[in-house]
Amino acid sequence: MISVRNISKSFGEHRVLDRVSLEVAKGEVVCIIGPSGSGKSTLLRCINGLESYDAGEVSVGGNPVHRDSKSIHAIRSEVGMVFQRFNLFPHRTALENVMEGPVYVKGTPRAEARERAAALLVKVGLAQKLDAYPAKLSGGQQQRVAIARALAMQPKAILFDEPTSALDPELVGEVLRVMLTLAREGMTMVVVTHEMDFAAEVAHRVLFLDEGRIVEDGVPQQILTAPKHERTRDFLQRVLKPV
Amino acid sequence: MQAFLRDAQDFLPILLKGCVVTVELTLGALLLSTLLGFLWALMRLSPTRLLSTPAVTIITVIRGIPILVQLFYMYFVLPDLGIQLSAFQAGFIGLGIAYSAYQAENFRAGIEAVDPGQIEAAQSLGMRPALVMRRVILPQAIRVFLPPYGNTMIMMLKDSSIASAITVAELTRGGQLIAASTFKNMTVFTLVALLYLAMSLPLTYLAHRLERAFGRK
Repeated sequence: MISVRNISKSFGEHRVLDRVSLEVAKGEVVCIIGPSGSGKSTLLRCINGLESYDAGEVSVGGNPVHRDSKSIHAIRSEVGMVFQRFNLFPHRTALENVMEGPVYVKGTPRAEARERAAALLVKVGLAQKLDAYPAKLSGGQQQRVAIARALAMQPKAILFDEPTSALDPELVGEVLRVMLTLAREGMTMVVVTHEMDFAAEVAHRVLFLDEGRIVEDGVPQQILTAPKHERTRDFLQRVLKPV
Repeated sequence: MQAFLRDAQDFLPILLKGCVVTVELTLGALLLSTLLGFLWALMRLSPTRLLSTPAVTIITVIRGIPILVQLFYMYFVLPDLGIQLSAFQAGFIGLGIAYSAYQAENFRAGIEAVDPGQIEAAQSLGMRPALVMRRVILPQAIRVFLPPYGNTMIMMLKDSSIASAITVAELTRGGQLIAASTFKNMTVFTLVALLYLAMSLPLTYLAHRLERAFGRK
């Protein structure tokens, strides 16, 4: 489904990604963990072409992904993205946010798009908030609208870029529960996260990224409880037992 | 006072004709400056230097030359280059171009104020650049650029008087002609001033409304 082969990227002197490879199968949930600045978000953003890369290859469903290629818009419409800061359109209601992609990108008739958008908002637990503007929603509610907005495009996969990092602690759970439901339904997901419990419970695979390299790649139990590398151990110690 | 009213009765028909030209000139120049300003702003924001460099140059040149000199150029110099414009045409094109530089900076500020995350969210839905602009950037940028746009309209109305210098028969020019032949400067220019004020009041009200409706809280 998603194939990343040996990609490298530098911002000036700084090498953000160093020959990173990653294969994600259909229906697989992959969590990417690692210290900040390790290249997690950049890797994710290369997968839907929000970021360019210097070397290597990225493809989704067999189609090559390049930020500046003509086909990039079509590819992006098939790969959902959920951002750390939600990025809902502030001038549109929850319902309109979810309808935006289907109506204007896919050309879905309005009535049909509205019905599907409403159903998706019900699914993420926001049946009461269809006509609310983002400013009137809590962070957790906004992020659930953002997930519904991504789902409305019927994507082949969804990329999550630290979806709970900007949330107050008590709102994290409601977003993770929606993501858990999606994972159980077989959605292909790549999740950059610091939520180790979520990774342990939901992920099929966990990747540990450090200084632009994949240091470990394995099942959650192994990575999270018996990491092979010292760097992974250090990182987990810091994340799980903050001083 | 009675003399003033009697003179006013004589002068007003001529001055009102000038008002019509002033309004036409203002609206024409406003439309042209809006279109050109938007074009410069888009060019200036383009990642292609082939577009952004000319836009920066155009804006800098236009802003650095007095409007009066730009109008003289339109009306007196272009004919030497084989381009004949009527006084009105030279006036509205000249004012439109002169103001396009300010409009461009205004539009650019509005567009740049939109959170880059908004653009990424739109792109990640598969939107192409034109759609991102229409559906996501402009509706948000308008909140930033509409309040100053209201002020631009008022300034445009007043600066249209500069066109009197190239013989456009607008309000100020009408006043000058009457004053020169009657020497009733006080009456004529008081009327001219009142007429400008009367025309700008609705615009002031509109600008105020725009600011209230769209201004940042």
